[in-house]
Amino acid sequence: MRGWTHRQPLVFLFVSALLWFGLYRLLEPASEVLVALLPVERSSRLGSALQFFLYDTPKVLVLLTGVVFMMGMVNSWFTPERTRAILAGRVEGVANAMAAGLGIVTPFCSCSAVPLFIGFVQAGVPLGVTFSFLIAAPMVNEVALALLFGLFGWKIALIYMGLGLAVAIIAGWVIGRLKMEAHLEDWVRDMPRFSPDEADSAMTLPQRIDAGFASVREIVGRVWPYILGGIAVGAGIHGYVPEDFMASILGKDAWWSVALAILIGIPMYANAAGIIPVVQALLAKGAALGTVLAFMMSVIALSLPEMVILRKVLKLRLIAVFIGVVACGILVVGYVFNAVM
Amino acid sequence: MDIKVLGTGCMSCTNTLALIEQIAKEKGVAITLSKVDDIKDIMSYRVMSLPGVVIDGKVVHAGGMPSRDKIESWFQG
Repeated sequence: MRGWTHRQPLVFLFVSALLWFGLYRLLEPASEVLVALLPVERSSRLGSALQFFLYDTPKVLVLLTGVVFMMGMVNSWFTPERTRAILAGRVEGVANAMAAGLGIVTPFCSCSAVPLFIGFVQAGVPLGVTFSFLIAAPMVNEVALALLFGLFGWKIALIYMGLGLAVAIIAGWVIGRLKMEAHLEDWVRDMPRFSPDEADSAMTLPQRIDAGFASVREIVGRVWPYILGGIAVGAGIHGYVPEDFMASILGKDAWWSVALAILIGIPMYANAAGIIPVVQALLAKGAALGTVLAFMMSVIALSLPEMVILRKVLKLRLIAVFIGVVACGILVVGYVFNAVM
Repeated sequence: MDIKVLGTGCMSCTNTLALIEQIAKEKGVAITLSKVDDIKDIMSYRVMSLPGVVIDGKVVHAGGMPSRDKIESWFQG
């Protein structure tokens, strides 16, 4: 199989796209057939929860696999070295927007936060621009977007992406204006500067396809138990929790709900896969969309483990500013969204 | 061969170290294997993603866990 995909990469991509799409369309009817076969009344709570689970689990997994594969290929074009070379020495404002956009397509994992941060600083990328990248990268990642698309539709996925980028751009720009370079740890400021050279990253298309496969093995392979668990919880809530239960706590009328949601989210750390299906169940039961999106952003963007890691390069004051500015940005997003929708 | 794995302790970094050790043993290649987890030392290699792998002073990999094929290719020739 490997040999064939290498010899005819374009054919492989085209055929697999068709197959993937066909499979995706078959899932809903397949789940109804499955539930009909089981000794369960379809209109009962159990039947409802089961159909939800049997449809959404493979749907989300298939969607995720497709998106992760594509992003794995895209990532091979946007290495951190290339991103850094693009951003070095650019004027802030525009650079913040580019950094946020690049944050989506550049591969990023929390443990790389420090080397990446330092690498950017050394190459002369402005501090605020680096922050725009660091905010966007974990928050607007392909797993979150794929899951949002699969469970809520393209409009909500697009809104999340747009708002996430907005928070990243504005928060990064604000931090840049605060001129807090002095609050980098001393040893970071003392590191030698150099002009960024773009590492030789010419890859062939078959190699990029391999990168896509590797990405699927790594990400979907790691994340699928969370998806199963998350959707199971979502299915349970979908079938059993009464409507509007959440509305009293997280509904639009509770003015403190957005702030509360963010406060709860800050110390929580969950990967996008685990939290989104639960988010869906909350929404289905009356929680306001703005509040729920704010919660999700807060959980993903402000993760305690990442802060602990960043403490090695940032002084406490800068970390506090970082958390504060991003939390405020998410707060505004949540409230405005609730007010407008 | 002197092999250093650059990492700050996340799963990928630990797994990379274990996999390299295992494959070296399979191939019967003598190596000195060590882990570099001090961030200043890591930065001296100018990598921007972890885990990184340095063989005889040269960076051969950075970012994500290297595939088995890639690790085996380091022990060829």
